[in-house]
Amino acid sequence: MSTGTDPVPLRETLPAPAAKDTTKETRAHTTTAYLRYVAGKLAGAAVSLLAVLVTGFFLFRLIPGDPVRTMTGGRPVSARQLAAYRREFGLDLPLWHQFTDYCGKALTGDLGTSYQFRTPVLDKITEALPNTLLLTGTAFVLYTALGITLGTRSAWRHGRLGDRLNTGLALTLYSVPSFWLGLLLIIVFSVGAGPVPGLFPTGGMESAGTSGFAHVTDVAHHLVLPVLTLVAVEYGQTLLVTRSALLDEMGSDYLTTARAKGLRDDQVRRRHAVPNALLPTVTLVFVNLGRTVAGVILVETVFSWPGLGGLFYQALSVPDLPLVQGLFLFFASAVIVMNTLADLVYPLLDPRVGR
Amino acid sequence: MSARVRLGRRHPEPPGRQDGRTGRDRRSARSSVLRLAALTGASALALSATLATPLNPTPQQAEAKEGKKVLTVAVAQSVDSLSPFLAIRLSSTGVNRLMYEYLTDYDPGDNHAIPGLATKWKPSADKLTWTYTIRSGATWSDGRRVTAKDAAWTFNKMMTDEAAATANGSFVANFREVTAPSPTELVIELKKPQATMAALDVPIVPEHVWSKVKDLGKFNNDKKFPVVGDGPYVLTDYKPDSYVRMEANKTFWRGAPRFDELVFKYYKDGDAAVAALRKGEVSFVSGLTPAQSASLGHQSDIKVNDAPGRRFYALAVNPGARTRNGTPMGDGDPSLRDPRVREALFRAVDRKALIDKVFQGHAVEGAGYIPPRFSTYFWKPSADQARGYDPARAARLLDEAGYKKNGAGKRLGKDGKPLDYRLLCHATDPNDKAAGQYLKEWWGKLGIGVTLDCLDNVSDPWLAGTYDLAFDGWSVNPDPDYVLSIHTCAALPATPKETASTDNFICDKQYDELYARQLAEYDPARRAGLVKRMESRLYDLGYMNVMAYPNAVEAYRTDQIAKIRTMPAKAGNIYGQDGYWSWWSAKPAASDGSSDGSGSTGVVIGVVAGVVVLAALGTVLALRRRATAGDRE
Repeated sequence: MSTGTDPVPLRETLPAPAAKDTTKETRAHTTTAYLRYVAGKLAGAAVSLLAVLVTGFFLFRLIPGDPVRTMTGGRPVSARQLAAYRREFGLDLPLWHQFTDYCGKALTGDLGTSYQFRTPVLDKITEALPNTLLLTGTAFVLYTALGITLGTRSAWRHGRLGDRLNTGLALTLYSVPSFWLGLLLIIVFSVGAGPVPGLFPTGGMESAGTSGFAHVTDVAHHLVLPVLTLVAVEYGQTLLVTRSALLDEMGSDYLTTARAKGLRDDQVRRRHAVPNALLPTVTLVFVNLGRTVAGVILVETVFSWPGLGGLFYQALSVPDLPLVQGLFLFFASAVIVMNTLADLVYPLLDPRVGR
Repeated sequence: MSARVRLGRRHPEPPGRQDGRTGRDRRSARSSVLRLAALTGASALALSATLATPLNPTPQQAEAKEGKKVLTVAVAQSVDSLSPFLAIRLSSTGVNRLMYEYLTDYDPGDNHAIPGLATKWKPSADKLTWTYTIRSGATWSDGRRVTAKDAAWTFNKMMTDEAAATANGSFVANFREVTAPSPTELVIELKKPQATMAALDVPIVPEHVWSKVKDLGKFNNDKKFPVVGDGPYVLTDYKPDSYVRMEANKTFWRGAPRFDELVFKYYKDGDAAVAALRKGEVSFVSGLTPAQSASLGHQSDIKVNDAPGRRFYALAVNPGARTRNGTPMGDGDPSLRDPRVREALFRAVDRKALIDKVFQGHAVEGAGYIPPRFSTYFWKPSADQARGYDPARAARLLDEAGYKKNGAGKRLGKDGKPLDYRLLCHATDPNDKAAGQYLKEWWGKLGIGVTLDCLDNVSDPWLAGTYDLAFDGWSVNPDPDYVLSIHTCAALPATPKETASTDNFICDKQYDELYARQLAEYDPARRAGLVKRMESRLYDLGYMNVMAYPNAVEAYRTDQIAKIRTMPAKAGNIYGQDGYWSWWSAKPAASDGSSDGSGSTGVVIGVVAGVVVLAALGTVLALRRRATAGDRE
């Protein structure tokens, strides 16, 4: 306890009204401790972001390849033109100069211009971000809900056939490569196999030439298989973490007490056991939420989903340095922000954290 | 753990409590499940609804009218830009080729230059002035007439604006002045004679639209639709990495395409594209692997087109990298400067085996520098000139050159160290890796070691000259000027630090003289003769071993496309032609003629989604009832 207060002597020495002040003081100290905790976490996040900014710049300059030469590869380009490209993209400047330029602009939200698309990096990110969020966000909501629900039930009915089936299936799907599973789903549910008709599109996010409600249903139609792939591969992790955390809580005395108070088994589980077992799951949920932004490259590739994952792959293959750096910064920031949020939520779930 | 479970079982809830589980409680339990399901669904829908529209900058287009004939083509390569001044990639230049006419086109039969926007063209007596007669009946898709002024504006813009020269600047590098004395007359003055004036692959854009663009370096031509053009198709919609949608230009001077719409749909995974073809979601797929083409070959309603390709696949030897003034650079093995060593290496390569094993028959054995589909310039060595497969002679050549085997069977270099070459290969190309293994084996038998350097990006070591051997390959245009130019001394870098357009640091005076002569030769037959002599010289120099001409393997649905023109007409390819012939000529099949663009979405999704949701809800409720069975009487 960082407050250093000892309520017992206070209660002994001070008159009755003072006891009320003590409670206030304790609250104040708790608030101060929490604020200090928050400040610490925010400072940590800021340092991490700075490290990402610096690392991103230097890391990707280790990728072999001359970006200007690579992006003009295969076609006739004069030496004058090559020099003009270098000047245009600031590649003729000393490295430190490029670095200060990059940092200064990044802090104002300018991530530079993509070499290959001749478009501001931020525009390319905002163009692909909704697509990625739609895919991974939908999958995230579903696999988190499914994982927590089934994980809770598995733990509560630990050792029974349902639990064994649940965990077995979760472990199997978690081990399956998403790329392979995606292709399998395409063959079975898109093309059609045996008695199963081809119900869903083989790829992409939308059909050309749709609008209004037809466009919404069209996108939803395209969404089914990639979401199913992601949910199948990802829900197992949440299930296993939830199940494990809940199993640890199941022998606790407070659950026996809760039952002794006359609460039903269902109430004991929902109101007492699950909230206390949620901490590891919350961590996982926030980490997954951060990863959601980065998309899932393999699933986006196999389903030709026009998201950030595919964009990152394209940027790396050139290499399109501003785009690679911008996406790296964006992905890393998402994870840092989500981890920080998880840190800030912990004390609300478990008051012992942060004191 | 088991103790905890037992604890739970030993202390069951008293019956009274179970009695206390009223209907209200059950409803409460069920409603919590429903709440969860509703919350999940609502969140997903909210997310979809929120994110699918406001952040998405691309405008929505009206739904395609029913009854339209739509030709859907699967593509993989992202569009870099739809501006003809900036577009570099094949996917983008292919779209531009459909949107904007060039001065001339290539005959789909044999690739010779034929009228395009220009009906005729002729050089002056001094070979420095070219006059083009511009077609008087051509119009832009907004109804305005196409004139010589549009062409003059396009070329002048490229000559004066660095950004406008990004994609096609090399075509105007030798231009002195471009003028349009009348709406049907275009005059181009050159600095020196240039034989490629009937092969100017430059999209001509409408001046009245493009003169309003402030910064051509940042304008990607992909926001405002329809885009004004004069090609066979008009660009009507584009969503990055989703699709490019074009409508037939009904006023196209050569005649309107038969399909009403052409859609390039993105498939980043080749197997998914093949699945889409099987299903009928797309009409055409290119770039098939041998396994894919074999499996599609057995399916009815699908035709596999295994066409002679426009690429060559070669082995390049570092000739001793150097700058233009002769300064050595890189670290290529000096033994490779000995022509006997190079010949020995090439004679140990079994091209037939590579065709059979690596390309699985989908390639033609290589010889000259230009593939046989370009018949005008195709050359192959005579019997006594050819370096055929002869490992015994290869071993003798190495012995003669002084590279003897040691006790361990390894050939030793002049420095007494075993010969061990680095072979640069593209990590993303499975052919390189497979061919590399064969070369390791064949050269290993000669006593030469090989290290395969497979990299994602081979540009750096290649440009720095830090390689011994490398897999090389280029797509050749109907006019071969560019692929010939990359072996001239002028293409070498000015300094070791500078990059240049050289392919393999080859610099030969005799080759350069022939190159200059062919560029100034306006007689087609004499020029072809000079090009063949250049190929012969390149072959004799022995720095390049053209091993194969890989085929273009593609497939289309015959129940959607009744007829489509290949290029060349006899045994040619469909995707990536030098022109718009394939998509312009494609004729819909009588059945329905259009690919299935998931049109019955609403019905299918309604049924399927409903069944899935009900099944999921039912399962959850059943699980829940089972889980709480012990709580009930």
